[in-house]
Amino acid sequence: MKAPPFAYAKPRSLEEALDLLEHPGAKVLAGGQSLIPSLNMRLSSPDLLVDIGAIGPLAGIQVTGKTARIGALTTHAQIEQSEQIRKHLPLLANAAAHIAHPAIRNRGTLGGSLALADPAAEYPACALALDATIVILGRKGERRVKAADFFKGLFETDLEPGEILVAAEFRTGGESVFLELARRQGDYASVGIAAHRRSAEIRLAFFAVGPTAILATHAAAAARKSVAAAKEALAQDLDPPADLYHSGATKLHLARVLLGRALAQWNMN
Amino acid sequence: MEHELETTLTVNGTTLRRRIEARQHLVDFLREELGLTGSHIGCEHGVCGACTVRVDGEIVRGCLMLAVQANGCQVETIEGLSDSGELAALQKAFHERNALQCGFCTPGMLMAARDLQVRNPKASRDQIRAHLAGNYCRCTGYQAIIDAVEDVLHGKS
Repeated sequence: MKAPPFAYAKPRSLEEALDLLEHPGAKVLAGGQSLIPSLNMRLSSPDLLVDIGAIGPLAGIQVTGKTARIGALTTHAQIEQSEQIRKHLPLLANAAAHIAHPAIRNRGTLGGSLALADPAAEYPACALALDATIVILGRKGERRVKAADFFKGLFETDLEPGEILVAAEFRTGGESVFLELARRQGDYASVGIAAHRRSAEIRLAFFAVGPTAILATHAAAAARKSVAAAKEALAQDLDPPADLYHSGATKLHLARVLLGRALAQWNMN
Repeated sequence: MEHELETTLTVNGTTLRRRIEARQHLVDFLREELGLTGSHIGCEHGVCGACTVRVDGEIVRGCLMLAVQANGCQVETIEGLSDSGELAALQKAFHERNALQCGFCTPGMLMAARDLQVRNPKASRDQIRAHLAGNYCRCTGYQAIIDAVEDVLHGKS
């Protein structure tokens, strides 16, 4: 199908973008790899698309000390291929390789994925596992929100109308595992896990198992005892709804399989 | 607010200036306005890969990019790459391996295969499969396509 009519503007600065976003019915266009399909299928009908693609401060990866700041416009392909990300945040690089296909990874962006908050998407789970900070700019200035407070529900985030997600910040270091099961390579996940540990702290984020990515705190606590205890406890964290292909029980089973594989990579038993 | 925008882009080496409706995606623009019908429209939501074109040297889904977003960009299509001879070896291998039947997916397959050839000229069979995983073919069962790309990358063709 074809997209409904809309106006389009491509601001050169954040200031100009914030002005444009005050128009009623305005929507941010970043890489467009989720927004344009939803326009083509007429699931979305904005009055104005504000294309933030030319705003310099939204691009780029900066690693300073123990913090990596990734600009909202950084593409999946850039994250997948960045030496800095591979070295400091391998979880993100591994996750990026699971997102759709090369042609889509060349345009889709980190900021777009976080702002959309698709429950089956890879980055929101990574942001939870890495305890990321989401940096948001609005008329009242900049504010910073922890990932755990940013994802509110199905496609629902803490972003207010008129605000722009400008970057995500991650603490570097630790060890991570990213695993995803999908029916075909590049499809949305049936179940996925983004796992991270830093000394004694283990964070396990699952995706495609609920309205948002979910931090499995019971399973993480039980993992100190045994893998079997962690798998058992996972039922306290997840109650996955069925999808087109799997029952909720199957998804919980698959989540346990991935949990076992992730902990095995850390030689836990 | 502008629903149509003056847009300057270079398509297969020719720079054009057109007034383009914001809602029109790149492949519709190429097909409907420029008559470049080699890039195909399959699913129109980014799943099938039939619309794959190259923008500023990177392959993209032509249905997931607005034509106005190509302002200032270099766009290359199957027609451009075919005429320049850039795809000649892949085309020959597709022919020899019978890597197409109806041909609908072939332009997208060739664009994706060429992208792999440029970025990872020694890609393994598994890497070929992974790189082409975003391009659907409903005729061949893929084996012949992978064979053809492998022939070119591994110097058998």
